[in-house]
Amino acid sequence: MLQTLFSSPWAVGAAQAAAAASLVLLVMFLARWREIHLEREMIVALGRGIVQILAVGSVFILLLRRPAWTGMTLLAAMIVAAAGISAGRAKGIPGTFRVSLCAIAAGAGSVIALMTLAGVIETSITSLVPLGSMLIYNAMNANSLTLNRFRAEVESHSGLIETALALGAASKEAVAPYVRVSFRTSLIPAVDSLKSLGIVWIPGLMAGMLLAGTDPVYAAVYQFVTISMILSSSGLTSLVSSLLVRQHAFSPAEQLTLRPGGALEERAVASK
Amino acid sequence: MVRKQLHRLYMDAVFKTRNGSIAELFPAADTLSKAREQRAVTKTSIVLETAQLSHVVCGKRLVDNMTLSIERGEVLAITGPSGAGKSSFLRLLNRLDEPTSGTVYLEGTDCRRIAPQELRRRIGMVTQIPYLFPGTVADNLRYGPRHRGDDLSQRAILSLLDQVGLADRAESDAANLSGGEAQRVSLARAIANSPTVLLMDEPTSALDEDSKAEVEALILKVVRRNALTCVIVSHDSAQAARVAGRVMVVKSGRLERIGSAAEVLHVADAIQ
Repeated sequence: MLQTLFSSPWAVGAAQAAAAASLVLLVMFLARWREIHLEREMIVALGRGIVQILAVGSVFILLLRRPAWTGMTLLAAMIVAAAGISAGRAKGIPGTFRVSLCAIAAGAGSVIALMTLAGVIETSITSLVPLGSMLIYNAMNANSLTLNRFRAEVESHSGLIETALALGAASKEAVAPYVRVSFRTSLIPAVDSLKSLGIVWIPGLMAGMLLAGTDPVYAAVYQFVTISMILSSSGLTSLVSSLLVRQHAFSPAEQLTLRPGGALEERAVASK
Repeated sequence: MVRKQLHRLYMDAVFKTRNGSIAELFPAADTLSKAREQRAVTKTSIVLETAQLSHVVCGKRLVDNMTLSIERGEVLAITGPSGAGKSSFLRLLNRLDEPTSGTVYLEGTDCRRIAPQELRRRIGMVTQIPYLFPGTVADNLRYGPRHRGDDLSQRAILSLLDQVGLADRAESDAANLSGGEAQRVSLARAIANSPTVLLMDEPTSALDEDSKAEVEALILKVVRRNALTCVIVSHDSAQAARVAGRVMVVKSGRLERIGSAAEVLHVADAIQ
């Protein structure tokens, strides 16, 4: 229908984007009707999304003929940006940017490096950057879920955690059940993606490969490879993140500093 | 002849020593030994001391310059109006919170020189709400000793539960206990760590009237049986008078009065 109204591919693209965005706005109004206010967040997300993806498209035009290290640099910048976004999801826990940066770099970075060395990801920018960004994006989500869930678990179980500390448990032992819950919860989306692959959804990468004329069996196998890489990078990110973040909930004298209310209490810095 | 006399004197000395009358042989040594013993008693009779202890949170002085000492085997009650800083003071004693200034001494040693886990094992705590860990009653009792590498025997568990009148509930699910039973388990769990000092933060205030009297009687029995030094926070001055040898009244984070229950609470009543 849109193609009949507009002749230029740019105009068709803009009309398609407007149609998709209006659906998001519809959801926003439905939420508002149920007194759930997401207006600001959704409008900012829509605005940022379109600007960022257009910027990336433009960068791709510039990068296509550049050497492989340019792609690596771009992925490194993406990891830093992902750490910044993810850290914002865990307000109230100090040092989350560093935790997120280490976790995403260890999770997504190591999987990208290993798979590139193994020849699973090609070194060309057109292959390395889209696939790498996919892994970084999913690692960022896993990290955000881990931090968010960890904070919620610790805040809602502060009584039990302090009871454990009062009985002589070390902070890492007192918080261990909640670290495990955070890790497990953060992996639900990635595990479900792999479980439902081909049954509930056919991912965009496979669809794109089919449209480009790739052998359907190879496209399917490569899609499995991609989702497996996403699961491993998300898992590794979440594991590193949950292990690093636990020490930020306690003072050096093993006192719980992350309390209900989302803010750290003003406490004297304790020395061991 | 001389040899025989010497032998008789030696045998006499041995006999007297065996019968504990060393004073007859070495009066000066006995005096010295008694003086040493006296000094040791004096030195160790103070179990817990606080020196100008203060705790400031967000600019508010929750505990203000508190100095006091608690003797071995003593039961000290802390009473005062809500928000007076009673619980805040208690949390500084086992270093669940860090003092802003001042310090706590346990048996003459600055608490900052004792590892937090060891300190909290030696200063046990029973909280207002009995937070029990998921699992059985026995699992809860094993928790503290397990963290210092001890496996509490079944016999020890039954003996502890017998003290709190729950000898038949070792394998009961902790989630299925009533409030009074849960507080008894919490008390037994604190005792399982063999603490030197037991801190109790309003242990009966969250219980119904029947359970309140039972748990209070039980606390007294357990404290006496285990010869514990005990600091109990209670907003109920009648309860403070019933359980403690000495009562301390706290107001706006400051120590208002301290002394025998009769004199302190009489003055408090007169003021009111």
